Amino acid sequence: MNTEGKCFKYGDNVDTDVIIPARYLNTSSAQELAAHCMEDIDPGFVGRVSAGDIIVAGRNFGCGSSREHAPLVIKTCGVGCVIAKSFARIFYRNAINIGLPILECEAAADAISAGDTVAVDFDTGLITDKTTGETFTAQPFPPFIQRIIKAGGLLASLKCEDAEDAEREKEE
Amino acid sequence: MGMTMTQKILAAHAGLPSVSAGQLIDAKLDLVLGNDITTPVAINEFCRAGFDRVFDRDRIAIVLDHFVPNKDIKAAEQSKKCREFANVYGICHFYDVGRAGIEHALLPEAGIVTAGDCVIGADSHTCTYGALGAFSTGVGSTDMAAGMATGKAWFRVPSAMKVSLSGELPRGCGGKDVILSLIGMIGVDGALYRSIEFTGDGVASLSMDDRLCICNMAVEAGAKNAVFPVDGVTLSYLEGRSGREPVIYEADGDAEYEETVEIDLSKTVPTVSCPHLPSNTRPAAALANVKIDQVVIGSCTNGRMEDMETAHAILSGKKVAKGVRVIIIPATMAIYRECVVRGYVTDFIDAGAVVSTPTCGPCLGGYMGILAEGERCVATTNRNFVGRMGHVGSEVYLSGPAVAAASALTGHITDPGEVLK
Repeated sequence: MNTEGKCFKYGDNVDTDVIIPARYLNTSSAQELAAHCMEDIDPGFVGRVSAGDIIVAGRNFGCGSSREHAPLVIKTCGVGCVIAKSFARIFYRNAINIGLPILECEAAADAISAGDTVAVDFDTGLITDKTTGETFTAQPFPPFIQRIIKAGGLLASLKCEDAEDAEREKEE
Repeated sequence: MGMTMTQKILAAHAGLPSVSAGQLIDAKLDLVLGNDITTPVAINEFCRAGFDRVFDRDRIAIVLDHFVPNKDIKAAEQSKKCREFANVYGICHFYDVGRAGIEHALLPEAGIVTAGDCVIGADSHTCTYGALGAFSTGVGSTDMAAGMATGKAWFRVPSAMKVSLSGELPRGCGGKDVILSLIGMIGVDGALYRSIEFTGDGVASLSMDDRLCICNMAVEAGAKNAVFPVDGVTLSYLEGRSGREPVIYEADGDAEYEETVEIDLSKTVPTVSCPHLPSNTRPAAALANVKIDQVVIGSCTNGRMEDMETAHAILSGKKVAKGVRVIIIPATMAIYRECVVRGYVTDFIDAGAVVSTPTCGPCLGGYMGILAEGERCVATTNRNFVGRMGHVGSEVYLSGPAVAAASALTGHITDPGEVLK
């Protein structure tokens, strides 16, 4: 699995209120919500983002509310990956659960500039800044989480487990 | 190596004799919670995955609190979706307008959570119930959907930070001043991915409302959960509320804590978090030049009975400053009723405040007190991010109810000592 696109760069503590303001949370439609992605921190974001683009940020990305709408709007806008120095824990969990690729990599978060073309290989954790030629390696996910991502999210992975259990019961 | 209190609760719910930090486990859940914003997304996921039953209709709580009574048609549709799901699956703990309150005030009050529980909630402030000696943490809607279907959730066992409390709070200070000070000390990611375990001689002097407020904002330091030891205060609070027996877990003497923070409660001062991070703390006394347009007293952080008592002691018989709008929101119907019975509502109205039925409304910029560009609010809520309560050019200053009520009287940020003289 790979993605390649241009970088949108933000600082530390990008919170879920600026990713998707609560005033829009009276709907659960991902398309409707995505029109307001990053609105309170970067009002032109939705107009400039293209499929495969990458968000690069500092520490504690996605802090604040538990709203799953936050990773969901980022994914719906076409963002291929979020790279940050660290993620707030509920955002981290939600991103995995809905299948938004995220990587923790301090060196990449420091070095990559806004507008750079960046390629990410999720199997190896290799991040390449094609504009500067620099490469970085992110920590890979533990196998348990890789299984969720491979299945396409938490619920899909639970379904896989159910199917495996049923298979096993049949064999027994 | 021994286990922390959090690790012991997780081990018991994973059916393991012991767990250690970093270990991935599947834990049984005592309760799965959602609200009117997160539950509709969970319902979408639950249905899309093809689930047709919930693991236990008595172990799921759905509380309509964020945009109710419904603020608009879309919010009404979301509430309707929750209501229909609760009807179809026979959810026992479904709380609608008239019975509902703000979830994290309501669940402890109604005895739906108890000591020793393992709880997930699709709301970041679910960490509140650590005050009762439970493991309780916020998750997203997909986790809620999976929890409703299977009664289980995966966790990475957290490492921990110990916060050792000594002394007693001075007059004019409460749990909010303690947690804001702690966040100011360690930062908004100071406890990221970790547990915060409170301990020490100072614990006994804190009321349950103080403890609930303190644990509520642990997420604002990045924590996975926060927990207080179970003592006489806990047991007397739980008595007569919980239908289930509390289970008491204690940290081992040799449990590993990555960091220990010492707090002398007697040195606490009325504290305010300035825009736009909860860690941006200052003593209220140092902010007297900050003029304000609005005051909000309420939320899952500070809408409990003691908060109403504190606000009442300051506002009763006085008038709010000209040009300041004061919105008071008791967090549950029981608290709202008690405010009516005690005459607080009359006194608040006479002082020039408005009193609303329970809602999260203004805290997250939903409705009931949205700020215009350039306006400033002192709020007993929990977040002061850019645009949190309205326009991106507005500002939220977080405080406890004493600072908020004192500021309502003067029109600028005020140390309650100034008006309690």
